[in-house]
Amino acid sequence: MLRYTLVRFLSLCVTLVAASLVVFLVVEIIPGDPASFMLGLNAEPDTVAALRKELGLSGSLGSRYLDWAGGMMVGDFGRSYTYRVPVAELVVARIQVSLPLAFYALLLSTAIAFPVGIMAASRRGSILDIGIMGSTQLGIAVPNFWFAMLLVLVFAVGLRWFAAGGFAGWDQGVLVGLKSLTLPAIALAVTQASILARVMRSALIDTLGQDFIRTARAKGLTRRQALTRHALRNALIPVLTIIGLQFSFLLAGAIIIENVFFLPGLGRLIFQGITQRDLIVVESVVMLLVFAVIVVNFLVDIAYALVDPRLRIRQ
Amino acid sequence: MKLPLQLLAGATLAAIFVIAAMVSFAWTPYPVESLNVAMKLQPPSTTHWLGTDHLGRDMVSMLMVGSRISIEVAIVAVGIGLLLGVPLGLAAAASHRSKLDEIIMRGNDLVFAFPALVIAILITAVFGPSAFNAILAIGIFNIPVFARVSRGAALSIWTLDYILAARVAGKGTVRISTEHVLPNIANLLVVQGTIQFSLGILAEAGLSYVGLGAQPPIPSLGRMLADAQTLIYTTPRLAVVPGLAIVLTVLGLNLLGDGLRDYLDPRIRRARQ
Repeated sequence: MLRYTLVRFLSLCVTLVAASLVVFLVVEIIPGDPASFMLGLNAEPDTVAALRKELGLSGSLGSRYLDWAGGMMVGDFGRSYTYRVPVAELVVARIQVSLPLAFYALLLSTAIAFPVGIMAASRRGSILDIGIMGSTQLGIAVPNFWFAMLLVLVFAVGLRWFAAGGFAGWDQGVLVGLKSLTLPAIALAVTQASILARVMRSALIDTLGQDFIRTARAKGLTRRQALTRHALRNALIPVLTIIGLQFSFLLAGAIIIENVFFLPGLGRLIFQGITQRDLIVVESVVMLLVFAVIVVNFLVDIAYALVDPRLRIRQ
Repeated sequence: MKLPLQLLAGATLAAIFVIAAMVSFAWTPYPVESLNVAMKLQPPSTTHWLGTDHLGRDMVSMLMVGSRISIEVAIVAVGIGLLLGVPLGLAAAASHRSKLDEIIMRGNDLVFAFPALVIAILITAVFGPSAFNAILAIGIFNIPVFARVSRGAALSIWTLDYILAARVAGKGTVRISTEHVLPNIANLLVVQGTIQFSLGILAEAGLSYVGLGAQPPIPSLGRMLADAQTLIYTTPRLAVVPGLAIVLTVLGLNLLGDGLRDYLDPRIRRARQ
């Protein structure tokens, strides 16, 4: 297990370095230099020179990359040009909205998908199964930001159960904060829950048809016992893969959904960064998102080994 | 053999939108560029079947042209994925467990760490927003998808006897890959292509909704939804109609993909008969 974890960790580090190089180089290929790009055509040469100095653009390409990457490792993302504060401060404030939103949605989608997928698999071919498969087909086809608008229309404008947007902040209490994230999280979770339920169903159907389930039934286990003790654990591998992949979709989805609900998260920060040409903000937030995706994939790899002992031994 | 219902339903649904989009090249009920504020927010009628938007533009015409942009972006993005991803996947499979295979697969992992939205954000921050950026972002995202699918499928083909026979006959790796492996994984690529096409339509809608895709005055379904958002309290129709168009197109393509997969898989087809 230790060896497996170490190998995975090493590959995580290599991917992170490669990803940071990609982000850094894409920003570097801007025609001219970032300072004049950010300030626009009519900037005074003195201002451009000052910004160049502030951005540390005078060094070679290699030393600039090392400065940037080294800074990020100790939490120094540079200063935002438009906000005039360290980017780290901005990110810390915004991530308190985006990350809980993504996790809330992940929790919801898993909580919906597991029972639904298990029900469909254990009553395969029944009306219930057909109904579930039909609704998941619809769930996959719905753009989540559009579903979010419909939720606002019904639950905020019509029933008035929720606010149409905005974030109350965590200092008002956890429940108040969660309430403002509930509609966005539902909107995000619907698609992912549909995908996950389908994967859960087909993985369970695959395992339920295997010999060891027949053996388990033959030695006297009920259908339910065979399902919970033997089939479920074996069906978890493909399900975990999808949960891992979903996290990156949820994070990206959260950035779009924030627009529908006017949530002050990373999405708002990054889109303002784009319109105001604040490259340092864009560069840092993009790197942060990529970092999150890579780390989650690493955690999924570790979870595989916990669920499936064969993987630990093979490595 | 009879075509399965799922395949027919999906193909019909997808065809309606593809045909509407194609027709928009030659004809739309009203021009989408001309604004007519006097006719703004008209309810559905015999002259405007789905009414008009906040600038007086005909909703049917907007939907036709908007679907066209979605389809164009998704098709080119699938094309990028196929053209670059499939050769990479075939090369990786042909050189299984070699350095090249390892490099291609690690490269895949790297691209997978960048969701399409993140790629689009990066490109837009540097080059400014356009439909081209959406195509590029979704296309780049598609490359590792097709590379993985074709590598996985090609690996199992490479173990078969007729590949050995082709080797004995003196054919090289490239010829075997193109003459024997590729035709045998083509079905799978068609199915994956349909899935990526529907994902591309969803992604394009999301990108143009947040302003990273097609720019005004070009109508796009995502842009229409963004415009409708402020009017959702008074005229929900403006948000409901383009959204439904996206849902039905994607639903049609997904049903088509699933139906094709079952239809093209000889094992399932034999079981049906």
